[in-house]
Amino acid sequence: MRFQPTDDQRALRAGVRGLLQRRFGRGALRAAVDRPGALDRGLWRELGEAGFFALRLPEADGGVGLGLPEAVLAFEEAGRALLPGPLVATHLAAGQVPGAASGQTVVTAVYGGLVEWLGEADVVRGDATGALPLTSVDPMTPLHRVVRAAEDRLPDPVAVLLTAAEQLGGAARTCELAAEHARVREQFGQPIGAFQAVKHLCAESLVRVETARVAVYAAAITADPLDIAAARLLADEAAVRCARDCLQVHGGMGFTWEAEVHLYLKRAWVRAQRMGSSAESEEKLAGELLSEVR
Amino acid sequence: MDLSCTPEEEEFRARLREWLAEVLPTLPPKPSPDDWPGRRAYDLGWQRMLYDAGYADVHWDASPTVRLIFLEEAEKAGAPYVGANFVGLLHAGPTIAAEGTPGQRERWLPPILRGDEVWCQGFSEPDAGSDLAALRTRAWRDGDDYVVSGSKIWTSHAEVADWCELLVRTDPGAPKHRGITWLAMPMDAPGVTVRSLRTLAGSEEFAEVFLDEVRVPVANRIGAENDGWRVTMVTLSFERGTAFVGEVVACRRVLGELARQALANGRWDDPSLRRRLGQLNAEFRALWRLTQWNVSEAERKGGAPGVGGSVFKLRYSHARQELYDAAAEVLGPESLDLGRPWVLDRLSSLSYTIAAGTSQIQRNIVAERILGLPKGR
Repeated sequence: MRFQPTDDQRALRAGVRGLLQRRFGRGALRAAVDRPGALDRGLWRELGEAGFFALRLPEADGGVGLGLPEAVLAFEEAGRALLPGPLVATHLAAGQVPGAASGQTVVTAVYGGLVEWLGEADVVRGDATGALPLTSVDPMTPLHRVVRAAEDRLPDPVAVLLTAAEQLGGAARTCELAAEHARVREQFGQPIGAFQAVKHLCAESLVRVETARVAVYAAAITADPLDIAAARLLADEAAVRCARDCLQVHGGMGFTWEAEVHLYLKRAWVRAQRMGSSAESEEKLAGELLSEVR
Repeated sequence: MDLSCTPEEEEFRARLREWLAEVLPTLPPKPSPDDWPGRRAYDLGWQRMLYDAGYADVHWDASPTVRLIFLEEAEKAGAPYVGANFVGLLHAGPTIAAEGTPGQRERWLPPILRGDEVWCQGFSEPDAGSDLAALRTRAWRDGDDYVVSGSKIWTSHAEVADWCELLVRTDPGAPKHRGITWLAMPMDAPGVTVRSLRTLAGSEEFAEVFLDEVRVPVANRIGAENDGWRVTMVTLSFERGTAFVGEVVACRRVLGELARQALANGRWDDPSLRRRLGQLNAEFRALWRLTQWNVSEAERKGGAPGVGGSVFKLRYSHARQELYDAAAEVLGPESLDLGRPWVLDRLSSLSYTIAAGTSQIQRNIVAERILGLPKGR
């Protein structure tokens, strides 16, 4: 069994991480926070050139010809970097909406009764007629509310999986930020990471990240809707709770606008809502328990 | 990334499945949990059947994936648990295989595989549980023997064991991680007294072992004198790596049974219970993936499983308790009846966040060894 990323997959992940570190480091992140609602079109085209949107498009159609596991690794990196924009919708539109694959066209979609980035998008998939603007809790994700019963069904499983991958990346990053802070921040004459109360918050974060990681990767391999529903639940839990615990480990600093922690938590909330209510995923998984073939 | 097995591995699975279907109906009924001699005979008999069919050494010689297939199929078919052979097969055996001399391997390994001898673990002491390096049981040289005095606790299977993997302090002056030695002690040696301990589940699962000037030949020492700490770390990495694989399969089966029971007694109509069972389904699916992940990592790197075992144990031990709490919710008032099937399991599951290192100790391991946080209070 080879349930570990291959050398090619590791190289792909490192490539995406490198690109995002260069083009969307801390400076760019803070700039994006200060200009809410504005999408960096130059960055969007660079992502397109790097193949981020065309990753799963067949080579014959001008795509990269890779599969869901590779897409999941790339979206994990996007989640890690807190990359803003309707990434999932544009990725899913590649090959269907002209210019989406290359990053020339920004595509958004109606998911979970919400539309992200309606003002900046060139194309909207789904019916967003009469959408009402919200004052978004996440300063990097403008939101509109769509009041239509038809949008309350469970979204496309691939959209769910890619969102879970972003949640995983965010969770992994906040776990790292918490551990880094705990190693250097001193109180009572020693690093706070030496205190078990802090140590255990960090350890629980890591356990959540690693559990979500295997669920997300396995779902990318099987593409099974139930595996995807499970991955979604674990990734949402990891993203939200790791961000909360990271905030807690940072103490007073964690409650400031200056620290990045709140941005991770707010994005995790947005992504959890994007995929509709978690109750639907839970009901789906409960129903499976009654089926005879397991 | 790939979750598939090779054709050879699938062939192994098919052959094993066929064999299990053939032999399991021939097994005698399971003895009562309190019948120690009966349990010993039953568990050793099963080990002998595995030996005769060529499956006895699957924990030692097979690849991690083949071991995973074995545990998965055995549990799915309802085969007996490793039981009284646990320490021999999963602790002492691998340790002697890795650290023993050719003569020691020849003496102790075949009887473990054939199901002739039972081992127990003499690590924990009343004043040194997870702080293993604080152990105080003393051993001093007298000619060709060590003379051992002290006491051990939480010793599973001590009542019926032939051998004990015993940690003793051979140099009290050395720093506490040094000065420890690993000995194979015969349980019938003069001076060994076993006293059963009753668990909160009402069963006698483990015992205290008192050692009063017990003579153990120097030839029974595994590894060098005062090098027992390193030898022990080899043992513990086996324990945390592979101990719970079959149980995850069992928990997934229980979850399905709970859902069907809830449907039968009307509890299924409660959406909060359904959602809880759905969450648990996600949880145990992920735990199975975590098992596969750890196994494929061990396969890639070779050697003993790493700290991934601590991550698994932390998540699994709590999930198992939540599973049986959900069972109590399904059972309603009957959850207070010890005669009901899941009630004893609920009590037993309380040990999982304690045994082989409490969750608090596991979190320290994860924080210090994976996240690099400083050691401290």
